[in-house]
Amino acid sequence: MAPAPTGAPAPTGAPAPADPPAPADVAVPPAPGEEAAPPGPPTFRDRLGKARSLFGGVVTSLRARGGVDAATWEQLEEALIRADVGVGATERVLARLRERVAAREVAGGEQLVQALRQDLVALLSGMPAPGANGGRRPPAPADRSLRFAGASGRPDVWLFVGVNGVGKTTTIGKVARQQVALGRSVLLAAADTFRAAAGDQLATWAERTGAEIVRGTEGGDPSAVVFDAVQRAAARGNDLVLADTAGRLHTKVNLVEELRKIRRVADRDPGHVSEVLLVLDATTGQNGLAQARTFTEAVDVTGVVLTKLDGTAKGGVVIGIQQHVGVPVKLVGLGEGPDDLVPFDPEAFVDALLAG
Amino acid sequence: MCPGSLSFHMFDALSERLERVAGRLRSRGRLSEADLDEALREIRSALLEADVELGVVRRFVDSVRQRCAGEALSRSLTPAQQVIRSVHEELTRVLGGETLKLTYAPRPPTVVVLAGLQGSGKTTAAAKLAAWWKHQGRNPLLVGADLQRPAAVEQLRILGRQAGVRVYSEPTDPVAVASAGLEEARRLGRDLCIVDTAGRLAIDEELMDEVRRIAAVTQPHYTFLVVDAMTGQDAVATATAFHQALDLDGVILTKLDGDARGGAALSVKEVVGRPIVFASTGERLGDFDLFHPDRMADRILGMGDVLTLIEQAERAMDRDAVEKSATRLMEGRFTLEDFLEQLQQVKKLGSLGGVLKLLPGVSRELRQAAGQVDDRELDRVAAIIRSMTPAERHDPSILDGSRRVRVARGSGRTTQEVNALLKQFREMQKMMKGGAGGMTAPAGLGRLGGLLGGRGGPPAAGLQELLSGAADGGRSPGAPRQLLQGVKTGADELAGSGLRPGAKGGARNKKKKGGRVTPPKAR
Repeated sequence: MAPAPTGAPAPTGAPAPADPPAPADVAVPPAPGEEAAPPGPPTFRDRLGKARSLFGGVVTSLRARGGVDAATWEQLEEALIRADVGVGATERVLARLRERVAAREVAGGEQLVQALRQDLVALLSGMPAPGANGGRRPPAPADRSLRFAGASGRPDVWLFVGVNGVGKTTTIGKVARQQVALGRSVLLAAADTFRAAAGDQLATWAERTGAEIVRGTEGGDPSAVVFDAVQRAAARGNDLVLADTAGRLHTKVNLVEELRKIRRVADRDPGHVSEVLLVLDATTGQNGLAQARTFTEAVDVTGVVLTKLDGTAKGGVVIGIQQHVGVPVKLVGLGEGPDDLVPFDPEAFVDALLAG
Repeated sequence: MCPGSLSFHMFDALSERLERVAGRLRSRGRLSEADLDEALREIRSALLEADVELGVVRRFVDSVRQRCAGEALSRSLTPAQQVIRSVHEELTRVLGGETLKLTYAPRPPTVVVLAGLQGSGKTTAAAKLAAWWKHQGRNPLLVGADLQRPAAVEQLRILGRQAGVRVYSEPTDPVAVASAGLEEARRLGRDLCIVDTAGRLAIDEELMDEVRRIAAVTQPHYTFLVVDAMTGQDAVATATAFHQALDLDGVILTKLDGDARGGAALSVKEVVGRPIVFASTGERLGDFDLFHPDRMADRILGMGDVLTLIEQAERAMDRDAVEKSATRLMEGRFTLEDFLEQLQQVKKLGSLGGVLKLLPGVSRELRQAAGQVDDRELDRVAAIIRSMTPAERHDPSILDGSRRVRVARGSGRTTQEVNALLKQFREMQKMMKGGAGGMTAPAGLGRLGGLLGGRGGPPAAGLQELLSGAADGGRSPGAPRQLLQGVKTGADELAGSGLRPGAKGGARNKKKKGGRVTPPKAR
């Protein structure tokens, strides 16, 4: 392997920060929200629109009904529960809505659905829903940008964590492609040294995307792989290290401990961890909340990547995750193609959620 | 509902919630329509929180209602107990039904095809299945027909090597590989041929057609759907679609080693009507076994996997050894040698955390604390004892300063740790002598907890309390076996009354039952 495929340590394609030695941990992203979007590919809304008609069954039948009755509430509850929003969150959302109906702020099926939609979007945005007098948490608007400081000689590290089989390696492959397209010099750290052939899988992605890769031995120490990757990235002027980790159930204390160590090592000079992304399978039910809680506690998760939203699952558990754990969804996987990883759009997500 | 406790509620076991309802029911002594409604609402919520699909929940709750309504109230059980028992029975019935009796093709090989969503664990399950059959004396061939995910075949090859099972695959096309794999199995005279396929979405027509064609060319005797235990409401849609395409014979449930309640098991069983055959419970190849519906029922209801523990214990415990040390214990002749023996027995049960996880009524916090107790503590204590001479083990009082330094050095521990062990052991002996012969002999395991707590961390302290509590309850003196006796008694009780044995022995529960004349608010 020759010095580096990237000619110069290109200071990012997007509107580059004028001051290179920005030491701030919370760097303002070049172009908030849109920055991860590759040029031209389908948007979240386009994608979801194909699979599900907007607002589908629930909305149409409620619109037809006009007045709000017991059956209406049941229908709304059903839609939310079927979307994996969970009993607790569903009850809370609907209780608030009931109050508003009682106070005659909301009348009729149409307004009701609009109100519910707003409430859910607000919840997903980390804001107390309208009408809620003071949420239990102070409002912290969800920041969905992928943080990247881009300080020269100090590679940003994005760590990908999650339980087994959620699609961490595939997600890294897709993120790598997008980041390379943005002109960043990306290095993949194959720190999943546990699962058989996980390194090979990531190597395939490195080849496809033109990113570099640092691998360890199977069964080796994942922290060592991350350490090597950061050192290598700093030495060669890579901007960004994407670190894959072995899938681990959040209940395995020792493995969560191992993850903590990986994060510590990655954050050690010259590296610094600017994103810890929890990859979550959209088919996951209420256990997703426990996953988010434990991983956040252990490695301070900064965002959720919701994968496999291209099937029939709706991933409603992220509402509870935003509300209880305060971690926003940043990216969504809408298909198997490399460009099917897109920025999260709460409104489109809620529309799809309520679609029958 | 008070908002502060909401997040707590989510993790409450159904049994605990029903007990709360039961508290109110008991005082009235009769099961009215309204009481039943309230209890059923709790059941509904609990099942939904366990990710059982909504439609399945509705049908389930209805059948429980009918069951309860049909039952006379003149039974010896309290109304609440009656409801809980009905729920448990109904759940076991639905989850179980008929089990799949695995038979083998008269003309081998018996062909097994695995299908499922991406990430459900097919490749790992395929290898585990092969290892399981190999353990049964069979001779399987693994066929890697997942040519889609990068390195999936490589993963299967590595796992196959670990299991000592040959893997066949070609970089051609999945249907061709499956067909050629079957030929290969015939040629090699294998009696089983296990085909791993690529993960696919149920709504992906093209890929569903591909797996259909794989089934067509291999004519599988068994087609299993691999389902992630953490799956939510979508489990039904997925299972239905796969069943329509492939006419499933059964289900393999994976990732049961997490804390998901696994309601998906119930959903899938209900809509597919085929049994859950295998369950995968860990990351190692051996963590795979036949599925037990009654245990899953306990899990969904949050009742702990009591039976598994008992079975594990029965398998692992060397009865003679335990009996011998128990006798010596009762006679006050318990030495460090015996203690070492006990440690070995406990270790055979598996990790301490694992054992505690299986006990019913162990709270989430305690279970987590148990997970934090390093099982290597057991090894460290054992190392210290092993570094003593036989004479020292029989009579620790001869261990003077220089001997202790030697023991510490020999075991790689500090002198302080040696001292702590000896001190705790002395106390343990003292207590045993004091209580010898009576029912009050302190629990060996409880003391063990104390020994492990030598470092003084709060989790270990909680563990100690738990261990003594679990082994106590006024009926189970000392020794692991007695602990299990306690569990067994608890399990019998559970079976009899449908009530969960208390986490900290009978005392707390008794108080609760007896003392609950007026609602706590009245004070």
